[in-house]
Amino acid sequence: MIIKILGTGCSNCKNLEKAAAMAVAELKLDAIVIKEEDITKIMSYGIMRTPAMVVDEKVLFYGRVPSVAEIKLMLTKS
Amino acid sequence: MQNHKLTLQIEVIGKFFPLLLLPVWFLIYFNLKWLTDVLVFDVFNMLVGTHLTETIWFFIFEVPKVLLLLTLIIFVVGIIRTWFSPERTRKALEGKSLFTGNVLASLLGIVTPFCSCSAIPLFLGFIESGIPLGVTFSFLIAAPMINEVAIVLLFGLFGWKTALIYVVTGLFIAITAGWIIGRLHLEKWVEDWVYKLKPGNQLEEEKLTFQDRTNRGFEAVKEIVGKVWIYVVIGIAVGAGVHGYVPHDFMASFMGKSAWYSVPLSVLIGIPLYSNAAGIIPIVSALIEKGAALGTALAFMMAVIGLSLPEMIILRKVLKLPLIFTFIGVVGTGILIVGYLFNFIF
Repeated sequence: MIIKILGTGCSNCKNLEKAAAMAVAELKLDAIVIKEEDITKIMSYGIMRTPAMVVDEKVLFYGRVPSVAEIKLMLTKS
Repeated sequence: MQNHKLTLQIEVIGKFFPLLLLPVWFLIYFNLKWLTDVLVFDVFNMLVGTHLTETIWFFIFEVPKVLLLLTLIIFVVGIIRTWFSPERTRKALEGKSLFTGNVLASLLGIVTPFCSCSAIPLFLGFIESGIPLGVTFSFLIAAPMINEVAIVLLFGLFGWKTALIYVVTGLFIAITAGWIIGRLHLEKWVEDWVYKLKPGNQLEEEKLTFQDRTNRGFEAVKEIVGKVWIYVVIGIAVGAGVHGYVPHDFMASFMGKSAWYSVPLSVLIGIPLYSNAAGIIPIVSALIEKGAALGTALAFMMAVIGLSLPEMIILRKVLKLPLIFTFIGVVGTGILIVGYLFNFIF
């Protein structure tokens, strides 16, 4: 599983990156979390609000930093 | 079974928890004056009428008042905003004629969730779907300048009339400045790669339950109040100091009506000064009390909140310098006009 955090380096993007890493660790998922900071690539996902989380090229959510518990729930559902 | 019932009960309480807090909120908010009196005069045993007492009283009264107002309003606005995503705003703006587009974009700028870190994706998203540059600018001017934090602080510290004046004049500036930028046809000063960008696939709307929406309201409170409370405390502390120690009419000589240069000077100082509404409004409210003119103060606030250096630096990624200067020039002129107008009327 490849998890991408889309964002141009604001504080919320960093918070989301941390939360995602925690969720992955707690779920013991076989996943890597990478950051995508290139604005043209970010735009190709069709989002207008950062940060966003993309799991295997599918946008899971955008424009907010959910709690670790909520991220875990969304990751298990997807 | 017993256990199950208990968890169910906790779940139900959890769901209605915010509603339970509401009466507590009203109880504190409407007894704040009395609580402050008790604290300052009975507990701290301070003397009536000294500078220090005035300062402490002002601080103890205003900080919880503003924070309480902020929490409630941001919670409500956070819920309302779940119906106004930028995606919807974009759809509403597509194909609108220039002037109608400017008006609509400015109005939607107030309610659409916006943070300066999202300014670039938002700008690109608007341009991609063919929304004119001028209409996009109306949105980019209104969104940061007229926000719930500014409105709450103006309402709490100045009253509803000033809050309304701020919103109406802010809208006027966003509409006209965007319209002018649109008429000037400045697309050539947008970075070239912007118009070459391939539009991404449109995402479908999220489906939200009411529970989701109230949760978003809570998230908004945590995020925004968590970020601005320190500015509120510092702003009101400085404001309290001014309130208690600065002599009456002290500001009249250089921020008063008679000083014609005060309006442009306030705008010039306000642009590079970086603060948010939460930090600057309490200070400005104290300055007005000491004789600063309303128009001058309004111009200063708008320049600080609406034209911020960090946002310009962010926008530099998509806009060439001449366009950024045009943007600052047009909005700055609008703010000047508002400042002089209000000094003239009041």
